[in-house]
Amino acid sequence: MAKGRINVLEEYCKSCGLCVEACPVKVLRISDHINSKGYRPVEQFKEGCIACKMCATMCPDAAIEVYKIEEKQ
Amino acid sequence: MNEIKIYERPKAWAEGVHTHYCPGCGHGILHRLICEIIDELGIQNDTIGTAPVGCAALMYDYIDVDFCEAAHGRAPALATGIKRTRPDKIVFTYQGDGDLASIGTAEIIHVANRGEKLTTVFINNAIYGMTGGQMAPTTLIGQKATTCPFGRDPELAGYPMRMCEMLATLETPGFITRVSVARPKYIIEAKKAIKKAFQNQIEGKGYSFVEVLSNCPTNWGMTPVQAFEWTESTMIPHYPLGVFKDFK
Repeated sequence: MAKGRINVLEEYCKSCGLCVEACPVKVLRISDHINSKGYRPVEQFKEGCIACKMCATMCPDAAIEVYKIEEKQ
Repeated sequence: MNEIKIYERPKAWAEGVHTHYCPGCGHGILHRLICEIIDELGIQNDTIGTAPVGCAALMYDYIDVDFCEAAHGRAPALATGIKRTRPDKIVFTYQGDGDLASIGTAEIIHVANRGEKLTTVFINNAIYGMTGGQMAPTTLIGQKATTCPFGRDPELAGYPMRMCEMLATLETPGFITRVSVARPKYIIEAKKAIKKAFQNQIEGKGYSFVEVLSNCPTNWGMTPVQAFEWTESTMIPHYPLGVFKDFK
């Protein structure tokens, strides 16, 4: 399985939770801190991202960047 | 270890803007899809959009292409003029259900019947969003809105209009399809359909119409996740997804 990680552009996140629902491996959650608009941005709270882009596909504010990690042989 | 960025904000999405949409609104997803398609087709400098009246009235601030703001429901008429004077440009209209299916019904039917070489993206969330949740022509039977607090009654307000089926009876329009943005699997299909609609225009084929079933968490009184579940469980059975007409 591919490995990946996400980078949340916190200022754009509106805390709607659609990515948390869409994530097939459930590594996302709404965080405790707030951004300048007063929303609680999403965060990846554990390892296990498979770089499937489902969260980015669902995000209405394009606040998620997805990285694929390639391990050198 | 080597990291490759496989998804980032589309380039056609105006830099640094925060949309005014409510959290979890389908408009954002659809804007993002249109931006991705504009990027992929490389038509950012050749695209002219016509913005509707409704929640998406400010979309000219969000998508970094040329835009005209149309009077309520008149985006197809405005787009006709633009496309006829600049046939080399890619012209699209983006309209909501209050804009397209209510006040703009005449314009949309005639633009489809004339077969203007345009693309229409019709976002249907079964309610008037910006004005505060009034009943739209597409509101489902029994669905509550501020102007039908006990649910839509067909005796009083008729039945919800299915625009795709209606336009598919006309001879001229080329590509008519209904998609949704309720789940990632539908979004992938939606992107394919909208991309095809833009490609039809680049190839000069004729009129393309894509209806997108969306949500309105604020006016439906639900969380974004519940709202998309409602779209999937209640709207899709009434507005079946699929291709209604295609170029032969």
